[in-house]
Amino acid sequence: MSAGSAVSAVPALGPDRKLVLPKAVERKLTNGLTVIAIRRASVPLVELRLRVPLSTVRLSEPFVAKTTLLSQTLFSGTPKMSIMDIAAELQTVGGALHAGADPDRLLVSGNALASGLDRILAILAEVLTEASYPGEEVDTERERLVDRIQVARTQPAHLARVALLKRVYGTHPYALQTPAPKQLRTVNSRALRTLHGERLHPAGATLVIVGDVPPNKVLDAAEAALSTWDGGGKDVKLPATPPLKPGPIGLVDRPDSIQSSLRIALPAVPRTHPDHAALQLANLVFGGYFSSRWVGNIREDKGYTYGPHSYVEHSAAGSLLVATAEVATEVTAPALLETRYELGRMATTPPRESELEHARQYALGTLQLGMATQSGLAGLASTYAGFGLRLDYLVQHAARLAAVTRDDLADAAAKYLAPAEAVTVVLGDAKQVESSLASLMPVEHVTLPADES
Amino acid sequence: MPRTPRIPATTYPVERFTLANGLRVVLTPDRSAPVIGVAVVYDVGIRSEPEGRTGFAHLFEHLMFQGSENLEKLAHFRYVQGAGGTFNGSTHLDYTDYFETMPANALERALFLEADRMRGPRLTEDNLRNQVDVVKEEIRVNVLNRPYGGFPWLKLPPVMFDSFANAHDGYGSFVDLESATVAEAADFFRHYYAAGNAVLAVAGDLDVDTAARYVEEHFSSVPDRPAPRRPSFAEPDLATERRTTYTDRLAPLPAVAAAWRVPDPVADFAAYLPYVVLAEVLTDGDASRLVQRLVLRDRTVTSLGGYVGFMGEPFAVRDPTALVLQAHLPPAGDVDKVLRTIDEEAERIAADGLAPGELARTQARMATHALRDTDAVLGRALQMAVVEQQRGDASLLNELPRLLGEVTEAQVLAAAEQLRPARRASIEVIPGGVQ
Repeated sequence: MSAGSAVSAVPALGPDRKLVLPKAVERKLTNGLTVIAIRRASVPLVELRLRVPLSTVRLSEPFVAKTTLLSQTLFSGTPKMSIMDIAAELQTVGGALHAGADPDRLLVSGNALASGLDRILAILAEVLTEASYPGEEVDTERERLVDRIQVARTQPAHLARVALLKRVYGTHPYALQTPAPKQLRTVNSRALRTLHGERLHPAGATLVIVGDVPPNKVLDAAEAALSTWDGGGKDVKLPATPPLKPGPIGLVDRPDSIQSSLRIALPAVPRTHPDHAALQLANLVFGGYFSSRWVGNIREDKGYTYGPHSYVEHSAAGSLLVATAEVATEVTAPALLETRYELGRMATTPPRESELEHARQYALGTLQLGMATQSGLAGLASTYAGFGLRLDYLVQHAARLAAVTRDDLADAAAKYLAPAEAVTVVLGDAKQVESSLASLMPVEHVTLPADES
Repeated sequence: MPRTPRIPATTYPVERFTLANGLRVVLTPDRSAPVIGVAVVYDVGIRSEPEGRTGFAHLFEHLMFQGSENLEKLAHFRYVQGAGGTFNGSTHLDYTDYFETMPANALERALFLEADRMRGPRLTEDNLRNQVDVVKEEIRVNVLNRPYGGFPWLKLPPVMFDSFANAHDGYGSFVDLESATVAEAADFFRHYYAAGNAVLAVAGDLDVDTAARYVEEHFSSVPDRPAPRRPSFAEPDLATERRTTYTDRLAPLPAVAAAWRVPDPVADFAAYLPYVVLAEVLTDGDASRLVQRLVLRDRTVTSLGGYVGFMGEPFAVRDPTALVLQAHLPPAGDVDKVLRTIDEEAERIAADGLAPGELARTQARMATHALRDTDAVLGRALQMAVVEQQRGDASLLNELPRLLGEVTEAQVLAAAEQLRPARRASIEVIPGGVQ
């Protein structure tokens, strides 16, 4: 292998270790809940991830407000337990549970001492079947959430994300992922109880438990605790995401900003698509890891930025490649120029053999690293389950990564990384950056909704 | 309430030895996954920066990635990532770490890479200027271009401390960063980056004899330079309250952070531990004292954090340090009222004691946190390296959950009694942004 100059002193790698999957068992309960238990006994803990589908078919501000507030108040009380009781009982077994919502799902995450598995499951079950969303706690959480959103709206990364989602997704439900305060203020505890009753069902949900407990015991414990969780509920099928519409640079003005936030979206494919492995490697070579061309160019050569990064994000209704960089205001246009140059070079010239090999080894190695902790395993298994996949997908994916050729990578880059297909958003001080950006590409001003800025 | 479970412990095996050049080595095998974590920790951090060179320790950390004796710029990244690994480094108050997580078949390579830069980084004018630019962008993205940047870790120490070492901004001023020279970097390396001033820790899928042989092979030729004497950074405790404010032009809402000095984390470990527990009694989760009172009951605060050490790492900091509480307030929130309520709750703990089960459940949760932090081989290697460096025995990491669990209610009460306003340094963020 060569890296920079060939150096004979650098030790060769030992023989590759085959990807070994941990022992996993699975059971579908009669109420429709799928439970996956995975043994990893490294520390005497358990990690839990419960994923409940929670999407909407139409762009709906009230729905986003409700799901967001529901996720923040799910653990705020039941007829038998107060918010304090729930937190204290969980702590007693070294545990905690939190929930979060995105356009695809509600995700409950938590962990506890392994000896506390039954207790944390019992509390989870009680909350899933009897959460009461007490008015006082809902009021408190609503105001906390409004404050947090107000703070988020002063953060350039958040604002750039809001603008990019709007431009990429248009009228698709994914276009809006943060509720507006005025929408939140319309949500009360009755609305949350209704939403919970309608949508928090075991059908289509997956509970992943990883830890230092025999997997069959975990399945039994989960079944004992959760089989009374109500079945039924309907499966919501999201419309596919719209194709990208490249166009002028969308410029969001942030007066006096001392950096500009560059966001570029490109097409991508789901994990099961035949191009996925080659696209993953093409993304790595472009900007997906530190050893990439983009990082080498705009950080290590030019010093325009600290942490440029590109990644593929997978959602239920579609996948997207996103490149992000925060660059000094005075080099905004030059940084975009270099970015488009690197994308164009990816799309039109094949990678070097060493670039392919480094990316391939990185992709294979990070599979191993991702499975090496309880929380990493739990996150992977839960995410894959959300897409109908199991951990054995990793073995198939490793084989596909191993088979990608330079031609495959070049083809994927031409298909997915072409700058002509890019949707571009820049958030920065328009009076300082607009004229130089306009010398590269047409620029169009984008205003975030009044309530969004 | 169910009985609190017994607090479990880890039993990571620990092999320790020292090379002739003074490098201390910790090996901790674990064959449960085919990965390794490699950490090299140097006993120099933000507090050791010379006056007029704020941010130098961090800038120098960047320079350690710019090539070394055998490697050109960018080669380090490619050798690590091209073998399936990830890497980084970070600069703390009392130490600087460099680390990789790799598939286990890259063990020898990782050791070679760390040994190569321990012999010397390639310090060039081009690399220095490039990394000054990169660090300036890092500061812009993390501090200057966002609300609450550097709050409270960069903003509160200058209120609490008087000496340059303890009070200055560890990210550095642009003037100081731009004034840095290659010669100064070379001096800094010669002085602080001696093998005898470093600890190497390797955790994960390794055979101890093989790993020890690789360590010997690659590191024993690193020159033997004397480790510098570490100065005392001690300062007296506050005798009267210190309070200050600043306007954050981007912040939409008020915030406050307060800190109280705690006993020496190393020399007075037994007296220090109760403060680590107290911070969690006050702030860990919805059942904690201050979340109950300030967030859920009074609604005078919307989010709250509490920890020991300005960087939130109680077992990776030396004296002097502090217990820190930080709170974000709702619009037009009253900081004085929040501080008064904190005083009141501390007094209440000191006077009335804890509720039944309150201490035990907090300790159980702390055990989960401590165990979880060691599950990743890299986290384990990093913590063992720092514990070895600061406390002389990496195997103490196995004892932490138990030691935290042995802190008594009387000790927590005594710690709470010390959170008096007269010993407090606090800083208020005045929102200057659009409200």
